Amino acid sequence: MAKIHVTTKINGEDAEFLCEPQQTMLDVLRDELSLTGSKEGCGSGDCGACSIIVDGRLVCSCLMFGAEASGTEITTIEGIANGDTLHPLQQKFLEHAALQCGFCTPGVLVASKALLDANPSPTEEQARYWLAGNLCRCTGYDKIIEAVMDAAAEMRGE
Amino acid sequence: MNYLGKDVQLKVVGTRPIRPDGVEKVNGRAAFGADVAVSGMIHAKVVRSPHAHARIKSIDTSKAEAVKGVSAVITGTDLPDIPSEEAFVGEGPANFREMSHNVIARDKVLYDGHAVAAVAATSAAIAEEAARLVEVEYEVLQHVISVEEAMADGAPVLHDDMFTQGVDPKPTKASNVAKRVEFKLGDSNAAFAKADVIVQRQYKTQPVHQAYIEPHACVVSYNPDGQAQIWCSSQGQFMVRAFCAKLLGMDIASIRVMPMEIGGGFGGKTLVYLEPLALALSKKSGRPVKMVMSREEVFRGSGPTSGGTINVKIGATMNGRIVAAECETILQAGAFPGSPVGPACMTAFACYDLTDVTAFGYDVVSNRPKVAAYRAPGAPISTFAVESAVDELAQKLGMDPGELRLINAAKDETKAAYGPTLKNIGFVETLESAIASQHYTSGLGEAPKGKRRGRGIASGFWFNIGGESSGATYVNEDGTVTVVSGNPDIGGSRASMGMMAAEVLGIEVERVRTVVGDTASVGYSFLTGGSRVTFATGMAVTQSAEEVRDDLCRRAALIWEIDADAVEWRDGHAHPAGENAGKSDPLSLSDIAAKSGRTGGPIAAKSSINAQGAGPGYATHICDVEVDEETGQVAILRYTAVQDVGKAIHPAYVEGQMQGGAVQGIGWALNEEYIYNKDGRLDNPGFLDYRVPVASDLPMIETVLIEVPNPRHPFGAKGVGEVPIVPPMAAVANAISNATGLRMPNLPMSPPHVRAALDAAKA
Amino acid sequence: MATVNVSNQMCRPFVGTVQVLELEVDTVRALINELERLFPGLGPQLEESMAVAIDGVIVQDTYLEPIGPDSEVFLIPKIAGG
Repeated sequence: MAKIHVTTKINGEDAEFLCEPQQTMLDVLRDELSLTGSKEGCGSGDCGACSIIVDGRLVCSCLMFGAEASGTEITTIEGIANGDTLHPLQQKFLEHAALQCGFCTPGVLVASKALLDANPSPTEEQARYWLAGNLCRCTGYDKIIEAVMDAAAEMRGE
Repeated sequence: MNYLGKDVQLKVVGTRPIRPDGVEKVNGRAAFGADVAVSGMIHAKVVRSPHAHARIKSIDTSKAEAVKGVSAVITGTDLPDIPSEEAFVGEGPANFREMSHNVIARDKVLYDGHAVAAVAATSAAIAEEAARLVEVEYEVLQHVISVEEAMADGAPVLHDDMFTQGVDPKPTKASNVAKRVEFKLGDSNAAFAKADVIVQRQYKTQPVHQAYIEPHACVVSYNPDGQAQIWCSSQGQFMVRAFCAKLLGMDIASIRVMPMEIGGGFGGKTLVYLEPLALALSKKSGRPVKMVMSREEVFRGSGPTSGGTINVKIGATMNGRIVAAECETILQAGAFPGSPVGPACMTAFACYDLTDVTAFGYDVVSNRPKVAAYRAPGAPISTFAVESAVDELAQKLGMDPGELRLINAAKDETKAAYGPTLKNIGFVETLESAIASQHYTSGLGEAPKGKRRGRGIASGFWFNIGGESSGATYVNEDGTVTVVSGNPDIGGSRASMGMMAAEVLGIEVERVRTVVGDTASVGYSFLTGGSRVTFATGMAVTQSAEEVRDDLCRRAALIWEIDADAVEWRDGHAHPAGENAGKSDPLSLSDIAAKSGRTGGPIAAKSSINAQGAGPGYATHICDVEVDEETGQVAILRYTAVQDVGKAIHPAYVEGQMQGGAVQGIGWALNEEYIYNKDGRLDNPGFLDYRVPVASDLPMIETVLIEVPNPRHPFGAKGVGEVPIVPPMAAVANAISNATGLRMPNLPMSPPHVRAALDAAKA
Repeated sequence: MATVNVSNQMCRPFVGTVQVLELEVDTVRALINELERLFPGLGPQLEESMAVAIDGVIVQDTYLEPIGPDSEVFLIPKIAGG
């Protein structure tokens, strides 16, 4: 079957690629675009390690076809920082030691950004439920939640 | 290297700097095994058995080989036949022949998911398609899953040559019982006569997977001259090299392993699955080969830890003193022997001061994946049973469970149940801290209608090991420092290595960068496991930093043309001392580094050691739960982990180990298990139905770090990574018992099981 | 004389009912050699598959660790981890 030509916008830049019909957006990011920051932990949308934001919506890229990216605006972990300046979430994750092996971290950061975009003042419970789709096996989530709450406070100017 | 002492003023050790590898982990640039791509790389997929137990009658790879884009297909015949050879590997004794047979089946498949062939092709999609065309003719055999089934009379035998070791007389009939082990002090059988109260119960746990979020992944390039390079995620680059050399019949020097970042291991990546297959495929195809497991393959094809059946009997006098204790632990090893039944027995009663105790157990094979190490292997299982029994004893005696433990606690000079006398341990300190804590002394609060609240306490122990480690310290031309660690970093150890070097050199930690070396770039290091890296590799790094510091003083003396012993190192500078004090300005690292050539050459030191004297770790955990009587769901309301950590080099990473381990234990307690169907196939090989804890399941995990320094480490460090997983199952079970009045002897205590227990009690 | 406990089940095929011995040994190497002399086969067993606890501190895979004149030495299986 012929490959599909897709044009889209990724992390603020125009992007285009060729993909097979069955390739997921995760496959495309990692194998066609060399954006390996998004990870495959399960391939079935259960772990969140592949989280990206598509037209403002948090999505598991392993559950999306590459072809569906056509005409959308996508944010991946590679686009969270502002050039050289880390996003407050990234900075707080480092300060709070909210990562150990770091494998789930890209997905958690993208999901956290989507949380704070939707709700700049989440409670701890709201943050925990929002991030329930991002599995972490190393940290027990404690320092992740602390970092997210701290970043939210900083972004609110507190 | 001995402890520098409590009075030494530490400037870096004990603080919380940002880890040197942190930014690339938060911006997606850190390279894990599956992120590697090399020129000319092709992709491979494994063909796995759909049967739990079967003889392989034939394998026809011709259709697979004919697919356009397929470069090579291998089966068991492509790996050399190696003799049976015992070795001590990551999680305990193992056998290389069995390891080879686990990596790819020979005449029999022994579990659903056992590898039988592998296909390499120009794309992963083609490899998968071709893998489906490999035709394997199986003669399906009867299978066994649980230890009870495996030990039953007439059970199908997995290995014709398995005769139970450790029993007298040696059996003449093959069985599924690989060995029996026993540890005893005194005579527990007779000592039960002294007891006023006896508790006796059988407990059952299920196998659980380490469930690291990163599946196994590697890229392997075998060159026609017999030299190979491996990029992989693992807990030990030297282990990968050694095992691949052994399994493929290659020289160790012919293989170079580049350790990529590892996305979780917890013991499950202390061995090889894909690398030997990728090597054989790369050799056959003449191309570099990439292999990545899917999540389903991780569950079906890689080792969980054992499940088991544990029988515990404890006797005590009315004042709470335990006078006799016995524990029988029967653990599943999976398809090949090697369950952690030895450590399970040794750790079962390690928290207590007992004179008459027997711990014995059996290592039993069955048709499930071969078990691999999982954080304090064996200890969480036997401790779940023993700590539940101690709780039951407290209930029977009408005593506070914390106080009961205190009465019987192991202290310095206590003889451990597995033999030696314990020294420099901090168990009592963790108990006293837990009992006095705000958590333990606070009320539970009113439970809403239809729910019941309870509190549980449990303790645990793990040995921690030292072993062979290498590290190096290099002073760069501008005075910054590069530290090379021989161990993959799975918990933030790079930060701690850099901190120890910075402390020794008296400089800011930001001027030190720590990297993990590949097998050709740093001395041999035993793998990352056993909670040994901060202790042993930290010691090697500290030693190399001290050698560098001494060398810097010698260079300064040369520069000043004074005696070498007339120089002292302070605050990151060489100072002239003695009668020359004050005569010259101090020299910094960059000053001295600028003249390194003239004073003798590059300033560098490496250290390869065999660190002994790792201190054991103890922990006490407190758990509050709320049980929903209608659904059987158990919510964790509050959790506190108290642990003797020796010395927290970087407290945030120590807290992280305690929190992560506690949460794995909570998952083990409440939800995780393998569900096999009647054909011996795994029904839940994915994260949807293999339920690990998620963020909304948990409260904050409070941590209390008790520091009883280890006299065998310069900064007093002990291992901390494994102990935290030992107490949680019992802490949760005891809390549920406190809430409902029901003992929960079977794991997991998932909603259907809790509901069934509640219903049975009402009936 | 160091007090050496060989009661662990792994030693039994070599030592029979012997539980505790008084031995004049000053390093782990000396211990291995002396045990091999008294109970042929125990030396390699200890060297390959066992650890020793010297005054409570567990050591394994080393010849060099010193044993004091009044030390308590315990033979136990090797320890690993995950």
